Amino acid sequence: MRDGLGKVSILVWKDLLTEVRTKDLFGGMFIFAVLTIITFNFAFDLSGANRAASGAGAMWVAFNFAGFLGLGRSIALERDRGSLDGLLLCPVDRGTIFMGKFIGNLLFISLVEVISVPIFGALFNLNVFQPALFLVLLLGTVGFAAIGTLLAVMAASTRSREVMLPVLMFPILLPVVIASVRATTLILTDQTRDLAPWLNLLGAYDVLFLAISYLVFERVVEE
Amino acid sequence: MNVSPLQQRAPVDAAAPIPRVPRVKINRLTKRYERRGVLRSIDLELYDGERVVLLGANGAGKTTLLRILATLSRPTSGSVTIAGHLTHKDAQAVRAQVGVVAHQPYLYDDLTAAENLRFFARMYDVADERSRIDEVLFLVGLIARRDDRVRTFSRGMQQRLAIGRAILHRPALLLFDEPDSGLDREGARVLERILGYHRSGGGTTLMTTHDLRFGLTVGDRVLLLENGKLVLDAPSHTLEENALDERLARR
Repeated sequence: MRDGLGKVSILVWKDLLTEVRTKDLFGGMFIFAVLTIITFNFAFDLSGANRAASGAGAMWVAFNFAGFLGLGRSIALERDRGSLDGLLLCPVDRGTIFMGKFIGNLLFISLVEVISVPIFGALFNLNVFQPALFLVLLLGTVGFAAIGTLLAVMAASTRSREVMLPVLMFPILLPVVIASVRATTLILTDQTRDLAPWLNLLGAYDVLFLAISYLVFERVVEE
Repeated sequence: MNVSPLQQRAPVDAAAPIPRVPRVKINRLTKRYERRGVLRSIDLELYDGERVVLLGANGAGKTTLLRILATLSRPTSGSVTIAGHLTHKDAQAVRAQVGVVAHQPYLYDDLTAAENLRFFARMYDVADERSRIDEVLFLVGLIARRDDRVRTFSRGMQQRLAIGRAILHRPALLLFDEPDSGLDREGARVLERILGYHRSGGGTTLMTTHDLRFGLTVGDRVLLLENGKLVLDAPSHTLEENALDERLARR
């Protein structure tokens, strides 16, 4: 990355400062995530072995949909006031702008997850304070934020962007969703010896799609 | 190029110093969106210290030309060189030389005026960040509002801050797309002050406006775009406002 971490940190600083003042992204994402977890908690039969599998699914549904909400809003904020063009006018590599937005989105989604996971654990009566679970959350969220940041910029220039983002994202995101849910189920049912293939899949996906998103971002924002 | 009906005043003063260092060179520039030609084979040179006003009806291609010069849009064919850098090959170097005011302010509502400028100063590697921010806020008449959020600013104040953002990194070329829109009398004075300040440092300005009188007053040279073609390129003092107005109204 030619422009280094300095410019990325300036972009992240700007997004964090804006978010601290408005709570536009965090507020919406957090409420959505918690409401989804509570709804599933009452909808599912949580007896016996079902609890971990249902819980893992509910948790990732909540985080993915909250993520869609946050990503769409994050890029819409840049598009609506033309400030994305303002960023593109800066003498920095387009990939740097992508990394700045990606890290900002990653931080916001991760913060929602870190605060929501204990609530999830309490409601589903599951032990969520396991390092492996936080590793899966991190790997799943990196992949989600990488491809989500790229596609949110693409969707933002379309008329029905709120609908377009999940439609564009879901097919590409499917490996992350499957791997994250399977890995989480294994952790919550204490079967961590079978975890490695899913972690490898998540890691490979993250590296691949982070690299692709970084490289093609310039084409996506080009007119 | 049909110029005679509009050029009714004295010819250019041959004794006046004419800056001859080309800052911008546009060569056979064409832009098409799908099959529609928005810009058609534009050839143009802009020189150091020049203030050039770009006129044309809505849809004539003014904003597209400015966006290509700003590297926000790629030409379909032809080339643009700014300060020796080709826009399609060395876009980052070009961006460091260009300051843009567009229809939207490119500002963040929930940051203060100073924070907005600090963000852009860091993105542009402005060396004397703190003093430069205060200098620019003073120039645009917003020093008393430096710590107020942009959300609380009027349209005119936001436009002034957008102008400040554009000059913050001391660009060689200013691209102003209707910078006078939304400005009150104080804002218009600020704009003229900024244009003078920019020229005093040898900077070049290319701007669009729908206010002919303002354009002819502040511009040294006037360009007229019609359907993507450059049909007039003349010193502003040789042009009659009424004739120009009639020509624009006919489009």
